[in-house]
This record gives sequence, C-alpha cells and structure tokens, in this order.
Amino acid sequence: MKLPIVDHPTAAHDYIADDERSQWHDKALWFIRSKRDKQAHDVPEWEYLRTVASQIKTHTIANLGRYLAEFEKNATALGAIVHWAADGDEHNAIVLGILRRHETHRIVKSKSMLTEECGLNHYLENNGIDVVDTDLGERIVQLREETPSHIVLPAIHIKKEEVGETFHEHLGTDKGASDPQYLTEAARGHLRGKFLSGEVGITGVNFAIAETGGFVVCTNEGNADLGVSLPPVHIACMGIEKLVPRFEDLAVFTRLLARSATGQPITSYTSHFHGPRDQNSELHIVLVDNGRSRLRESKAFRDALHCIRCGACMNTCPVYRRSGGHSYQATVPGPIGSILSPIRDAKNYKSLPFACSLCGSCTDVCPVKIPLHHQLLAWRKELVGKRLVSFGKRLSMKGASVLFCYPILFATAGKIGRTGLKWAPRWMTHNRFNKWTIARELPEPPAESFRAWYHRNRKG
Amino acid sequence: MLPNRSENADAIATTSSRRAIMDRLESSLVDGPELPVVDPKQLTEFEDPLEHFASMLRMVGGQVHLIDGPEEAVAILEAIPVFAAAKRVASLVPEITQGNVDISMIDDPHSLATLDWTIAQGEFCVAENGAIWIDGNTLPHRVMLFIPQYLAIVVSRSQIVHHMHQAYARVGKPPHTFGIFVSGPSKTADIEQSLVLGAHGCRALQVFMTA
Ligand code: SF4
Repeated sequence: MKLPIVDHPTAAHDYIADDERSQWHDKALWFIRSKRDKQAHDVPEWEYLRTVASQIKTHTIANLGRYLAEFEKNATALGAIVHWAADGDEHNAIVLGILRRHETHRIVKSKSMLTEECGLNHYLENNGIDVVDTDLGERIVQLREETPSHIVLPAIHIKKEEVGETFHEHLGTDKGASDPQYLTEAARGHLRGKFLSGEVGITGVNFAIAETGGFVVCTNEGNADLGVSLPPVHIACMGIEKLVPRFEDLAVFTRLLARSATGQPITSYTSHFHGPRDQNSELHIVLVDNGRSRLRESKAFRDALHCIRCGACMNTCPVYRRSGGHSYQATVPGPIGSILSPIRDAKNYKSLPFACSLCGSCTDVCPVKIPLHHQLLAWRKELVGKRLVSFGKRLSMKGASVLFCYPILFATAGKIGRTGLKWAPRWMTHNRFNKWTIARELPEPPAESFRAWYHRNRKG
Repeated sequence: MLPNRSENADAIATTSSRRAIMDRLESSLVDGPELPVVDPKQLTEFEDPLEHFASMLRMVGGQVHLIDGPEEAVAILEAIPVFAAAKRVASLVPEITQGNVDISMIDDPHSLATLDWTIAQGEFCVAENGAIWIDGNTLPHRVMLFIPQYLAIVVSRSQIVHHMHQAYARVGKPPHTFGIFVSGPSKTADIEQSLVLGAHGCRALQVFMTA
C-alpha cells in the first residue's frame, strides 16, 4: 500500500483554523498535564523512580533476546501458547488463524495500540469478523469510523455533542442529548450485550514479566477484564519491548504509569494474568516485532523502545495540544510518535520531527526518561543528511551556515536586514511564498546592531 | 483445551519468525547497565498508612468503612438502597452474608450476567494509592469482580503495606492464574474528560476494613 506523505503543517491546518476547538483541545490536555504534575509532586521519590525505570528498560532492551526466551519458556509452562510475528501482517494472520480455528465471528477487544499499529480491526472486518472495541473512547471512535487521536484518550478530539449525535444514530439515545453520564450509561448497556456475546477476548499488554511468564493489563473501565473473563479464549497481543525482567519491577512501572497518563495514583484495575483461566480455556500471547528489533540496532533512537505509552509527552506538547492527534496521521502521535513514525518510514513521515519547538517539555515529563527532544533534533540531522528536507530549507540552512562563518558577511547582512525591513513593502515579506509569515508579524528592526552598541558603550 | 495438532501446525509456521527475531536480537550486542535494585531508603512511608489509604480510596471514588465486626457491615449494607433492593447477591465472605447465589452451582460465567452485588475478600491494602490486592484463587469465577453492578471488598486493616514495592514483595509469587489490584469503582472520562463512575464494571465500591 502506498501511503500519502504526511505533511504536518498541512494536516494541522484545518484543526488550527477552528480556533475555538483548538483552544478547547489545548485546555483539555493541559488539565490532564496539571493532574499529572500534582501526582508526580506527591511522590517524593518520583525522580528516583524515573531513573530506576530507565535503567530497567535499558537493561531489558540490551538483553532482550534472553528475556524473551525466558518469558516464552515460563508462559508456556503455565499453559499459554506463545506466537511470534515478524510484522503486522503476520500478527494479523496469527490472530485470524486462532479465530478461524474456533469458528468465531464476534470478538471483544480492549485498548491496544499494537493492534492499532498492525491494522488488526480492518483486517478482521475484511475477513468477516465482527470486532467490537470496548474501551468507551475507542468505541466512540470506531462508531464514527475514525481513528484514535491519542494513545490513552482516543476520543479526546471529539466534543460531547458530537458523541451525542453518534450515539443517537447508533445506539438510539435521545436526540440532542450530550450529558456524559447519560451517554456513558447508554454505552454501558450497549456494550454489556457485546461482552456477553463475545466469543473471544483480545487485549493488549502493558507489561510482560520474563521471570513469571505472566503479563499485566491496566484499565480504568474494567473492559479488558470483562472481555476476557466470559469467553474461553483470550488473545493478548504485545510488542516485544513490553517485557520487564522481574515481578518486582512492576512496582516501579505501576507507580509511574497512571500518574503520568491521567494523574491517577493507579488505574482502577491492574490485572495480572498467568496462564489460561482453567482447563477449558486458552490463552494466546502474540509477540510482535514489526521493526522493533531493527530500532534496537540504532544507537541514536534505541531509547524510544522504553516507551510505556503513557501519553504524558502528548499532553504536555504545545504542538500536539493545538494541532490535534490526527495531524500526525500516525498510530502514535505527539513527540514519541514523531520519533517512531519516521523510523518506520522516513520519507512519508519526514515532516514530523519538525513539528516541534524543541521546548523539551516532553523530555521532562517522560516517566522512563526518553530524551525525546534530543531525538527529534537527531532526526532533523538525519533527514537533512538523507536529503529528505525540502530544497528551499536546505538552501537557506546552507546560506545561514556561510553567513555565520564570515563575520564581515554577517555584519553586512545585518545592515541590509535592518534598513531593508524598515522600508520593504509588506507584500515583499507577506506573500504566498513565505509560509513563515502566514500567522506571524516580523519584528521591529532595531536601530543599531549589537556590534555597534558594543563599540559605542564598551570600547570607547 | 490443550494444544492440539492444529496448534502445533501453527507453532511450526511461526518458527521462522521466531528464529529471525531472535537472530536479529542476538547478532547485535547492545551494552546496558546492570539490573538495578530498588533502595528501600529512597521510598516514602506514611505516618498513618491506614488514613492515607482511606483518603486515596475516597479520592478515586471508593467508600471506606472501618468496622469492628461483621454485623456492622451487614447494617451498613442494608442501609444502602441498591443493596436492600438487590435481587442477586454473591458472597465470598460468609461471615458477612451468605448472599443468595450459590456460586458453586455455576459452571458458565455468562449466567452471572444479572448479578447485582459481589462481596469479595481482599488480601491486603496499599496505602500510597488506595489499591486492594485480590487473589484470583479466591474467585470461583473471575467475572464476579467485573460483572456485578456493585462491588464490596472486605479486607483486614492490619493487612496494609506502604507502597507498591512492598505490595509486590508481599504477593511474592504471582497467583496462578489471576490476581488484581482494584482501586475504586470502574470509571471513564472518555467523553470530554468528565469523570463518570460505572463504565463497564461496578458502579460503586464499598470497602469494609475489619479490625
Ligand atoms: S515517550 Fe515517555 S512520555 Fe511519551 S508516551 Fe512514551 S513513556 Fe509516555
């Protein structure tokens, strides 16, 4: 499939054009960021936990082969069936294979960014399977035939009135109703039926434990648990980077995850699965690579594998907050998405590392200390090196570098700029060739340069 | 159902991917630090863990009752209208109530769909976040925790740890096949960040802390 090239400024354009919505979105996310801050500040050892989490992840990724083998051995000993998928297609085929064997047509699914990454829903639907996303936000997005715009809050871009319309159309709620309590109640009733008729439950995995062969799923709604405690088959899909070595390591990550994600001390349900439910049940674990082992080989971007998908970097990102998750046109948006997406496809996602002001806020909040903004900067260098940056941008960078190398040139250019800016007619700077001035004014030119000022005041 | 022949066929089909992934991981050596050991001196403990636990649990929407004996729990429950009106109650704590659903007679978890209440047994509490650990082996059906409209958990207030590090140490070996930290009722904020209790699981959570 040929994907269109994602141009973040173009994709964000419509979202930003609706100023009221853009600000509403910004506020909603800032609210979550503030809740996160409060939780983080309430834990005096927060920075210590981040350091330990980062060390555990670095250690695990370095020894990933060993830990995967250990996990597989222990999970199998508990009676789970472990599958390996090199890429998304193979993952999808494995899941469909299991469903076919059970002659299943209805599955209930809880939130999993991995299955989203692999495009599982579409694949299964094309193969005649009825897929029901049970996380409320995901269900809203699914009914609207959209994709999640955030990895933790899939429907953060949708207003309650719009949810009301969608539910009126699909679930028969009252027209014009937009009360979240009422709408949630309607979804509860609707999804109860789906849970009861689901034949297979699919979940993601937050953490898998090498030492015990089990895994942990965290939700607030309880949908993952409800989805897998009724039918006899549970399929858990996970990226190979989700491992932690020891059972005790979960303490560090469960303390960090919910606080970073939504500003809660812990999710309502933190479920630990070790083996199938009983003799009549099956537990399948699908381990998916899909580019992760390749990413591990890159010294510059390896740390991106530490991500626990908490979403904190999105909530804090000034670009994400204003332009919305869909402007990234990728499964994972925001700062971490802008690092991961070009790894998958540098050409298509080349504009994402530039959708960043390098403010560094993401790096400050990341619970596993991924140096996000440094990686975004590293990406820019790579893209320029790969000549994936537009000719105009490359030319102006070259020009700037020459200018900075020769003091005389720099001084002259400054003089031209100061006089030129004063007299230049507006159309010369504000025209359709200069994108920078679309929503910006140029600064007032100063009367003299710093160099002249210095000469006058310090050298005399 | 244990792996049958078709499962094996599947295992063979995926072996090449397993080998490819492992080869790739093993052929590129990556340096990493030693696995760190958490230093207990770095971790905050609470002066009054019980008080902290109760305030956290209230914050996440749970209701906490300190009780001296089972009769108190019965009185509190009966004063709750949705308990008094409940048609189907399953109890794993017979000291408090026998309930009226005989779980031992139930094979198919689907038949618990109309359950109104479950009274479950908690093992211990975590002060830092208001979570209660429930050992799956106490549940004849796992779904009993998630499908009833309302949930009550009974836990001894002497069984309390400060934080998650102590909690995992206390669990020791994870239960085969299920164990869970429950903190507050089921909730969602997926519609415009408005908090709604009772998303899919229980609508409210009562916690009885016995002496
Ligand atoms: S990069 Fe860090 S902050 Fe962003 S989602 Fe991943 S773990 Fe969270």
